[in-house]
Amino acid sequence: MSSENKKLDTRPLCLSGKGVTKVFGTGNKANVAVDHVDFEFHEGEFVSIVGESGSGKTTLSKMLLGLLNVTEGQIDFQGKPRDISSRSKKNEYWKGIQAIFQDPFSSFNVFHKIDAVLLDCIAMRGGRNLPKEEKIRLMTEACSFVNLKYAELTNKYPFELSGGQMQRLMIARIFLLKPKILLADEPTSMIDACSRATILDMLLQLRDEVGMTVIFITHDIGLAYYISDSVYIMEHGKFVERGTADDVILRPQAEYTKRLINDVPKIYEAWDLSTVG
Amino acid sequence: MSKIMLEVNELTTKYITRFHEDVYAVDHVSLKIEEGKSLGIAGESGCGKSTLALSLMGYYFAPLHYQSGDIIIDGKNISGMKPDDVRKNILGSEIAYIPQAAMNALNPTRKIYKFIEDVVLAHDSKADKKDIFEMARERFSRLGLPVETLDKHAVELSGGMKQRTVIAISTILQPKVLIADEPSSALDVTSQKMVIKMLRDMMDSGFIKSMIFITHELPLLYNVTDDIMVMYAGQIVETNNSHDMVFNPLHPYSKGLMGSIIVPEEGVRDQKLTAIPGTPPNLKNPPKGCRFAERCKYVMPQCRFNEMPMINLGDGHQYRCGHSHEHLKEMYADEQ
Amino acid sequence: MKNTLRQVFHSGKFVAGFSIFVFILLMMIIYPLINPGNPLERIGVGTFAKPGTYVSLYDSVSSDRETLRLADADENRIKSMMSMEDRVSMVAWFTAMDISVEGVDMNDTDALLTMWRENYDEKARPAGMTKAQRNFYVRLNNSITSANTAEVLSVTETNSATGEVVDKGKIDKTDYVNVGDVANVKTLPLGTDNFGRDVLKELVSACGTSIWIGFIAGIVATLIGLLLGLLAGYLGGIVDDIIMFVTNIFTVIPSFVLLILITYSLGQDQRGATTVAVVIGLTSWVWTTRSVRSQVISLRNRDHVNLSKLSGHSLMRIVMTDILPYIASYVVMAFILQVSSGILAEAQLSLLGLGPKTTEVPTLGLMMNWAMLYSAHLNGSWWAYFPVILTIAGISFSMNLMNTGLDQVFNPTLRD
Repeated sequence: MSSENKKLDTRPLCLSGKGVTKVFGTGNKANVAVDHVDFEFHEGEFVSIVGESGSGKTTLSKMLLGLLNVTEGQIDFQGKPRDISSRSKKNEYWKGIQAIFQDPFSSFNVFHKIDAVLLDCIAMRGGRNLPKEEKIRLMTEACSFVNLKYAELTNKYPFELSGGQMQRLMIARIFLLKPKILLADEPTSMIDACSRATILDMLLQLRDEVGMTVIFITHDIGLAYYISDSVYIMEHGKFVERGTADDVILRPQAEYTKRLINDVPKIYEAWDLSTVG
Repeated sequence: MSKIMLEVNELTTKYITRFHEDVYAVDHVSLKIEEGKSLGIAGESGCGKSTLALSLMGYYFAPLHYQSGDIIIDGKNISGMKPDDVRKNILGSEIAYIPQAAMNALNPTRKIYKFIEDVVLAHDSKADKKDIFEMARERFSRLGLPVETLDKHAVELSGGMKQRTVIAISTILQPKVLIADEPSSALDVTSQKMVIKMLRDMMDSGFIKSMIFITHELPLLYNVTDDIMVMYAGQIVETNNSHDMVFNPLHPYSKGLMGSIIVPEEGVRDQKLTAIPGTPPNLKNPPKGCRFAERCKYVMPQCRFNEMPMINLGDGHQYRCGHSHEHLKEMYADEQ
Repeated sequence: MKNTLRQVFHSGKFVAGFSIFVFILLMMIIYPLINPGNPLERIGVGTFAKPGTYVSLYDSVSSDRETLRLADADENRIKSMMSMEDRVSMVAWFTAMDISVEGVDMNDTDALLTMWRENYDEKARPAGMTKAQRNFYVRLNNSITSANTAEVLSVTETNSATGEVVDKGKIDKTDYVNVGDVANVKTLPLGTDNFGRDVLKELVSACGTSIWIGFIAGIVATLIGLLLGLLAGYLGGIVDDIIMFVTNIFTVIPSFVLLILITYSLGQDQRGATTVAVVIGLTSWVWTTRSVRSQVISLRNRDHVNLSKLSGHSLMRIVMTDILPYIASYVVMAFILQVSSGILAEAQLSLLGLGPKTTEVPTLGLMMNWAMLYSAHLNGSWWAYFPVILTIAGISFSMNLMNTGLDQVFNPTLRD
């Protein structure tokens, strides 16, 4: 595992940050949500950011996406400082980074048909003037990537699908857009366990087949361990521990990581209830 | 054999929708819990596990309606009782219910001990308030909750603390059955562990005689309850003791569910997660045969129109499938 | 969409409100077709004619007569002649003569008359009664008894050239004319008002004007509220601060006071129905702004809006396609309430004499104002104001019912 990680580390940086900070409010109402975090995400890496609610992981993800302004610090995209100062530059940046959110039910505009969502992606990739057959071919390809049938989806509304199917459709959207980086913000937390494996497999497939960098944000340390190459543990707006998945989960150094791992129910080892509180 | 605390026979309850359609969310469910035992209910969202929890209380309000079957708590059948009688004589003293958002149910303007007074006085109007307070103090210290909590308002407590306090309040009358529906899902892992520890303590010291624990988190269920029951589309598909359920599931659906467990332990990274394709059937119009047939890898033609019987293997192990258990085990072994 | 409509028309409350409103609208359309003409035309010279059917006396004299001998004709005539005051006077006479009036029902004309005929004596001198009062009773007695005896009215015509009075004929007590033969018969279901105008016709027309005023006020208020709410909610930051500052100022100043000041300063001549409506709209957008803003703020952080941003959509497109459709049902409900409160605001203004110009159109508020100015409520002319009150109540009731019905469909927390 470690040799493989060394290989990863030699890959070029895809997204990195130094001293990234977000402060909400000013004066004595100021609330530091993200506190001087540094990170390096390499191309083709599967990274997890683990934190409990209120740890600032969602704020960080919004900053990475450029939906929130950074109060302090710098984010580099593909080795160059990120510039999202104007609308056209933002649109350019968003061709390189896209997201899947936690709640599939609120990720769709319920008034738009599924075709509209996918056609929009094709248009964003500059395929607005493609012939109709070509568009349908692209949409069919994207749907089959996520094990959905385009013919069954066309002319349907998102709310006619199940949560798992909606989340897969979100992945189809990413497949069409083919960004450099995919930020997945708790994509499986509102999905049943038996559909979860499908979603995770598809994320891995995006990484392996399309070569995307996947930033996986989760509160579930087991999930982070299962799926990622490297793990960042976040507490109160700071990274308390980072490293390869095996290092962080099996040989945790930070107190917080130890506690987190200790408090999660286990099935192979006994879950020690005495060390509580 | 020890005393049976809760026995449910062929319980069927339904939702009546706005357009007057019947949806049978709990369909001929039977179960038994002995004194000192706990039962976990697992299943996907929408499989009817929360509805079963509501139905077991015998207290129905629209759109949920009772259809048929018996609920027997410690020898007393409550299924035919009037809602008012159930509320006065059953809830709290015989059966207690804790939903996921229980911690938000505390009126923020009242102190904690007031709620305990309410609960006790509702069942025994002559009880002395000083005695109640003493009892509450003793119970809180036994459960490891700070006794100062009694004199606080709900807003002064953290989420995990609130949830534990609510559990302590609702079990003050030492109910025979505690139904906990995802009591820790909204909490962080540390608070969750504290809630679980408290529930286990309460079982051990007999404050609750038996428990039904509902969650979609299987590793948690494995650690909390003695037996696990898997529900699918309103029906029980398999019941077994926790260890065998997690490591040797028999029903193809349980097999799929157990194959999706992820824990942060060594070796987990090399496992292949199983996924079950498709979606559960619509309960407005359930399929005639096995309800899992559409998604089952091992489906046979007759599965789709034969109603599946529950097969009892003894030792509390039962499953609902068209295959024999030997055949299922063979098929699973071949796959590995 | 179809399903939503089905749900809307499944809601009993909405259907009830909708039916009342449609009934009122149909009345407004159909009644002017049956009874055309200017609703403000003064047909009566006096004030407050009672509701009923009016037959031209002039025409009935020259109509073909039939002789009908009806047994209870005299009795009915006396009954309609005897006013309540006469009845009270009769009882007063009995009391003055020390005749027991116990058990006498003043509304029971037959019993009263029998008692009167048995007891009245022209020569009797009840204690403490002046000569004038005694003469009053003589006249009363004459009028009661004369109804029974055969008397004939003669009709004369004065020749305008010679001044000669010509006898045109006699009218017997048993003479009847068929109403259908009389050239001029006018039914006034709700009588006339203080200016002698047909109240029903006026009411139907006023209803239309008031709904128009409510509608315009609703559109103005909803548009302003929606625009400011969207801007404040979606843009946030300094724009939000400025808009909320203005909104808060408007919230603390009672809008009705503002309304009074603006309409007063406009002056009587400037106040057409539409002007008043716009002024009402301009003072009642505050709550729409606040609620639209809060809805937009919660929508702004929804993932589909974030995804829309990530797809590079323009602000205009996001607002129009990702925000507006979500609040549309809410805005429609707010609009219905605004219409209803616009109608009430007009009524309040007009009651204070600050309504639209009185010479052009009737409105529900103006009708109330006129009825009040001419003391309709004091002299018992209920028909001049009571139907108006009922109509206003009916309109706002129907709109509020529709709103509650819609709320139950669109607000998932209220579903049963």
